[in-house]
Amino acid sequence: MSQRLSQWIAFSLLFLATLVVVLPVVVILAIIVAKGASAISWDFLFSMPRDGMSAGGILPAILGTLYLVLGAVLFAVPLGVAAAVYLVEYSGSNRFSRLVKLAIVNLAGVPSVVYGLFGLGIFVIFFRFGASILSGALTLGIMILPVIITSAREALESVPRHFRTVSLSLGASRWQTIRHSVLPHALPGIMTGMILGLGRAAGETAPILFTVAAFYLPRLPQSIFDQTMALPYHLYVISTQVPGVPENVRYGTALVLLALVLLLNLAAIILRSRFRARKKW
Amino acid sequence: MVTRAAKFSIQGLHVHYGSLCALRDLNLEIAAHEIFTVIGPANSGKSTFLNSLNRLIDLEARSRVRGEIRLDGVDIRAGLEVETLRRKVGIVFALPLPLPVSIYENVVYGLRMQGVRDAKTLDAAVERSLRESYLWEEVKDRLRTPAMNLSGGQQQRLCMARILAGQPDVLLFDEPTSGLDPISTARIEETMLILKEKYTIVLVTNNVAQAARVGDRTAFFLMGEMIEVSATSTMFTTPADSRTSDYITGKFG
Repeated sequence: MSQRLSQWIAFSLLFLATLVVVLPVVVILAIIVAKGASAISWDFLFSMPRDGMSAGGILPAILGTLYLVLGAVLFAVPLGVAAAVYLVEYSGSNRFSRLVKLAIVNLAGVPSVVYGLFGLGIFVIFFRFGASILSGALTLGIMILPVIITSAREALESVPRHFRTVSLSLGASRWQTIRHSVLPHALPGIMTGMILGLGRAAGETAPILFTVAAFYLPRLPQSIFDQTMALPYHLYVISTQVPGVPENVRYGTALVLLALVLLLNLAAIILRSRFRARKKW
Repeated sequence: MVTRAAKFSIQGLHVHYGSLCALRDLNLEIAAHEIFTVIGPANSGKSTFLNSLNRLIDLEARSRVRGEIRLDGVDIRAGLEVETLRRKVGIVFALPLPLPVSIYENVVYGLRMQGVRDAKTLDAAVERSLRESYLWEEVKDRLRTPAMNLSGGQQQRLCMARILAGQPDVLLFDEPTSGLDPISTARIEETMLILKEKYTIVLVTNNVAQAARVGDRTAFFLMGEMIEVSATSTMFTTPADSRTSDYITGKFG
C-alpha cells in the first residue's frame, strides 16, 4: 500500500470517528427543537401547570431546578476548592492524601441513585430536613463534589511552581502565597469544574427523586425547607406517569432543561473567560 | 575582612536530599557589604548553599539541614520567623521570574504581604527600588502594564527591584545572568557593584569571569564541599588547591 493511500485511509477514519461523535448531539438537538419549539411560549415558561400537567406552564419546575443547582454549587464549590487546596498545597503526597484521592475517584463512580438513597438517609431522615430543597441541594452537591475537587486540583497543580517559590521568597506566608499567587491563577480551571458540576446537577433525576422532587406542586416553594418540582423529574413524570400530555409539552420541557443548562454554562463560561483574559504567562 | 562584622556566619552546615549529600560540613563567614561569589561546576552544592541562607531549601520535600547559620548573630532557624528572614535575605533566581501581574504589583508584592496599604508609601517604594535597580527610566510610564512584556534583562532587574522594595539586608543571586545577553549581563553586574554599598551580596555563578569581575571574595565548591575560599584576586592568580586552578582555567566543569 502506498504511503499516500494509507495516509488517506487514516485521515478518513479519524474524520469519520469525529463525525460519529458529533452526530448524536446534532440529532438530539434537532429532534428536541423540532418537536418542542412549538410548546415554548411566555405562558409555558412563566405560569403554573394546569389540567393535571397536560397544559399550562412549568414555572415551578424551572425555578426548582435553578434553586437546586445554585444550592448544590454554593455548597460544593467552597467545600471542594478548600479540600483541593489542602490536598495540593498542604498535604503533599503522604498516605492520607493518597487515600483521600482514591476516595474521590471512587466517589465519582458511585451511581447517582445511590447518592439519592444516601441523601434520603442522611439529610431527609437523620438531619430531619425532610424532603426539601435543602436536602436535594446537599445531595446534588455531594454528587458533584468529585468533579469540583478533581478539576480544582488539576487547576492548582497547573499553576507554575515558581509562582509559589517567588512569593515565599518575598516573605509571604504560605496562606498568603496560596491566596494571592496560586488561587487567582487557578480560577479558570476551578470554574471549568463548576461548569461541569452545574450541568450534572441540573440534569440528574435520581438524587432528587427521594430528597426533594414533588410529583405535582402547583405553587412556588417558600423556603429551603419546602419541596419543589424540578425539570428532570417533571420530564420523567409527564413522559411516563401521566397519560395524555401532548408531545410538544414533553419535548418543550426537555428543550427548556437543555436551554437552562446551556444558559448556566454560558454564564459561567463568560465569567471564566474574563478571568482567563488576565492570565499572562 | 577582620574589621568588618560578619553578616552571615555558617558553622557545620550539612544538607541532604534524601540519602544524597548535597553540602558537607560548610564553615564560612560572609562579611557585611562584600560581594561574596561562589563558583563551581554543576551539582557542586552552590544553589543548595544559597537556598539554605533564606531557608528556601525547606520547600524541597526531602531536604534535611544540619548545622547552624547566623544572620547578624541570630540563628535563622531558632531566632527568626521564616517570613522575616526571607524579607531580610532576598533572592534573584537564575531565570527572570516576574509574577503574572503588572510591573507595579510585582514591586510592591512583598510590601503588600507585610500589610502595607498606604498608596504613597507603595508609590515611593516602587520609585526608590526601580531607581536602585536602574529600571525606573525605562518603565516609569508603564508601571501598570504586565511585567511579562519586559525584555529578559529588564525582567531580571525588576526581580531585583522586587526584593529591594522590602529593604533587605542581603541579596542572593543564583546565576542571575545565565539567561541574559552580554549587555544585560554587564548592566546587572554594574548594578551589583553599586548595590554592595548598601547591601551584602552573595552571588552564585557558573561564569568564572563574572566572579572575577565583581567578587570581593570567592569560594570554590566541588561535589558539596568548599575546596577553598579567598580574596577573589588571590583565587584567580594563585589558587591554593590544584582542583581550583583546574576549574578556573577550564580543565573541567
